[in-house]
Amino acid sequence: MSNDVSLHGHSEVAASHNAHHEEHGVHHHKEAFITKYVFSQDHKMICKQFIITGMIWAILGGLMSVLFRLQLGYPDTSFPILEDIFGKWAQGGKIKPEFYYALVTMHGTVLVFFVLTGGLSGTFANFLIPLQVGARDMASPFLNMLSYWFFFMASVVILSSLFVQTGPASGGWTVYPPLSALGDASQGSKAGIDLWITGMALFVVSSLLGGLNYITTILNMRTKGMSMTRLPLTIWAILFTAILGVLSFPVLLSGLILLLFDRHAGTSFYLSDIFISSTQKALPNEGGSAILFQHLFWFLGHPEVYIIILPAMGLVSEVLSVNSRKPVFGYMAMVGSLFAITILAFLVWAHHMFITGLNPFLGSVFVLLTLLIAVPSAIKVFNWLTTLWKGNIRFTPAMLFAIGFVSLFISGGLTGIFLGNSTLDIALHDTYFVVAHFHIVMGVSAFFGMFAGVYHWFPKMYGRYLNNTMGYIHFWVTLIGAYLIFWPMHYEGLAGMPRRYMDYSGWVSFRQFGDLNRFISTVAMVVFAVQLMFVFNFFYSIFKGRRVTNQNPWGAATMEWTTPIRPGHGNWPGEIPEVHRWAYDYAKDGREFIPQTEPVSGNESKH
Amino acid sequence: MANFFIILLLLLGFLITFQIAKASEYVAVLKGEKKAFEQQNKVNGFLMIMFLVFGLIGVYWCNELLKGKILGVAASQHGQAIDKMLYITLAITGVVFFLTQIILFWFAYKYQYSEKRKAFYFPHDNRLEVVWTVIPAIALTVLVGFGLIYWFRITGDAPADALQVEVTGKQFGWIFRYPGNDGVFGKKYFKNIDDGANNSLGLIWEDPATHDDIVVNQEMYVVVNRPVKLIINSRDVIHDVGLPHFRMKMDAVPGTPTTLWFTPLYTTEEMKKMNNNPEFEYEISCDQMCGSGHYTMKGIVNVVSPEEFILWKAKQQSNYSQVFPAQGAPAAKDSTKPASVSTSQTKDEVAKASLNH
Repeated sequence: MSNDVSLHGHSEVAASHNAHHEEHGVHHHKEAFITKYVFSQDHKMICKQFIITGMIWAILGGLMSVLFRLQLGYPDTSFPILEDIFGKWAQGGKIKPEFYYALVTMHGTVLVFFVLTGGLSGTFANFLIPLQVGARDMASPFLNMLSYWFFFMASVVILSSLFVQTGPASGGWTVYPPLSALGDASQGSKAGIDLWITGMALFVVSSLLGGLNYITTILNMRTKGMSMTRLPLTIWAILFTAILGVLSFPVLLSGLILLLFDRHAGTSFYLSDIFISSTQKALPNEGGSAILFQHLFWFLGHPEVYIIILPAMGLVSEVLSVNSRKPVFGYMAMVGSLFAITILAFLVWAHHMFITGLNPFLGSVFVLLTLLIAVPSAIKVFNWLTTLWKGNIRFTPAMLFAIGFVSLFISGGLTGIFLGNSTLDIALHDTYFVVAHFHIVMGVSAFFGMFAGVYHWFPKMYGRYLNNTMGYIHFWVTLIGAYLIFWPMHYEGLAGMPRRYMDYSGWVSFRQFGDLNRFISTVAMVVFAVQLMFVFNFFYSIFKGRRVTNQNPWGAATMEWTTPIRPGHGNWPGEIPEVHRWAYDYAKDGREFIPQTEPVSGNESKH
Repeated sequence: MANFFIILLLLLGFLITFQIAKASEYVAVLKGEKKAFEQQNKVNGFLMIMFLVFGLIGVYWCNELLKGKILGVAASQHGQAIDKMLYITLAITGVVFFLTQIILFWFAYKYQYSEKRKAFYFPHDNRLEVVWTVIPAIALTVLVGFGLIYWFRITGDAPADALQVEVTGKQFGWIFRYPGNDGVFGKKYFKNIDDGANNSLGLIWEDPATHDDIVVNQEMYVVVNRPVKLIINSRDVIHDVGLPHFRMKMDAVPGTPTTLWFTPLYTTEEMKKMNNNPEFEYEISCDQMCGSGHYTMKGIVNVVSPEEFILWKAKQQSNYSQVFPAQGAPAAKDSTKPASVSTSQTKDEVAKASLNH
């Protein structure tokens, strides 16, 4: 096929992207396996590396949740097979508390950072930025490659922590000291947490290298005519995500370095007045503040949830518009609300700390700022709804996931109004209400955004389609399953049932939910199995999926669909096309869609 | 063996699904892509409306099933305020929830692909944007207003006549201290902690104010209808005093005392009757991850009548007299002279606590 043209060696592309496009596509040479698939500097290959690493992590993280759901659903049953696999961690076929807490902690860490940050941003920022802004590659393909390999190293370190004798970090993904600082207080706070900190440090490096690259590319390497207001919303979302990451991840790193000092250098940043029961010894530390860590952690931690959800919002906006065959409603309002969310994301972190003894006045300021975020979020939701209104909707699997995203984002977003109000947070903090809230609003919805993106851009990534039928099954089971799992959890939370308990049978107030927990666990396992089907669909379709024969299979207006079906390194064989209009000219003047690259004709109506 | 069969069954299900999926792709090719697409689209459009209908029924059914389990009446004045706030929020968000979900799935169904329809070019409308900026802003202002009134009431100073109890979390249990007859908590220092010598809080015996301090484990007693102020500490890692029936909660942070206060409205006995549950207890759950025994870290609040409280307190021996039984002298007498010292100490502590708040 003529569009299998592989362009050039990478270094040339980077150097020549402004000057001489004419050469592109003229001389090909074969790339070595190692530079093409392993140390690739092609953003499309790096995207694939991110998504596949992310998927491996998602399976592992999901498997962890299946294991601890097994414990929660069947606290009295023993499963000998668990002992066969996990040895001392599941002696007698029952999960040990240390193992349970390690599972919970690693599930959170893996999914928040390695799947929904690395896997989601890494995949779609890398794939879509050059293709949608009209660039041959990232501003620095080399840094981009490093970004993946730092992510890979971080993954290796975190993965290795699962195999140390005292187990991985087990104090919750928020690793609050003093628990995380004191090996004598918790098994997981021995070698496990050191590896956790190391892994996270590498992850922060990866995220900074990636983020700076994304920002630079979007600001500097847009093709001719691609003004900022003509960018697709995906790119706006990724831009704001990258800015959030660049400004907040370093704060997490500094917090973790102080934690490392407290652990090994005898400092007292976070430690004070501690007597360890297991050793019957008082520690020398005085004057530290455990709350300081929470401030530093949540200064990243809160923006982090927007780092997760913004790219999903961008992907969903694009998919909804393309498949409604209608422009996204209120483009400028969408950009404005993304901007507002980005600013507010930095000003609300202490709403995670209402009950730490925070000054009530300070708390009230954070209530106000937190609930303010509901306004831009509401704007986005209503704009998505209006995008559907009077459309001509095609239910591709991507579109289904985009609609599912909106549904879940509404459900999860509304419970945020409960938790952001400090008065209600007193009752609901650290209960299952919180678990339900954040799993729906940033866990499952971000996954839905990611799935929408994968189903939509898979043909561009691999030149083949994913199987539709499996896509439909995947969507419906996941949507129904997600609601069945997380909806009843709100009731457990309203009853005050605390998070992170491995067994409720000793509690008069909470053991009434035994049946419900069993039900939730069963659904969780079914949903997990269906995700495995998606993974199978993904890998099967890479090799055996139906071939894409149409350069623009979805009839989309954005630039990535003007490249060949299987674009080589450099994306466009000839010159990069010029852009003449915004990204959402669908249904205009009676036409299905008008590509961004088509010049505006004289008799076109204005919008 | 059972495991093996389950795995086999799963694989089989998987294989069948895969074959159907594969076959449907061939059928699509045979039928013509357009026709296959239209059929699939109809099915999914239908499922959208089905999901909405069954989803709404499910929401109702789930509520019927579970509403009886959410702990019944709030057992404190603050708790009643919080419940009221909860229902106001539920009403407002509930309207938005039903409205938007119905619109979402209805639009998806109604505007599904049809050859006859042309999508409507409708890129923006500033009036609509203003409408759905202003309305949520007003609704949220109402919620913030209500919330903050209650918030400042709940986090404000405890009434002067409040019963004071010091709560200390440790891995994995609760220690409670009552100030004794002098009404003053004696000084303590964490390096004095010695579980072996029955000094689990590190009380400084040189301070006479410690001599009548009563220290008990796991169970605390408070008086019905009398405000109680908890001064919360931790001995090791961060814990959290969770009081689900009173709807209250506060972290226990090592090195930084925190406080919370509430007025219990029903005695434990009354709650047993009201809930029709002879096993009922006001449980204290640790709500902050604190290590492998987190889920076992339970305490009990016994809410009793004033008479029962006096009886209970009279029976308690002070920590000091347990440690030094020979000296036996009632501590209250000794503590009159240096009381000023310890009072100022307590004041310092309270000042520190409120500063850190």
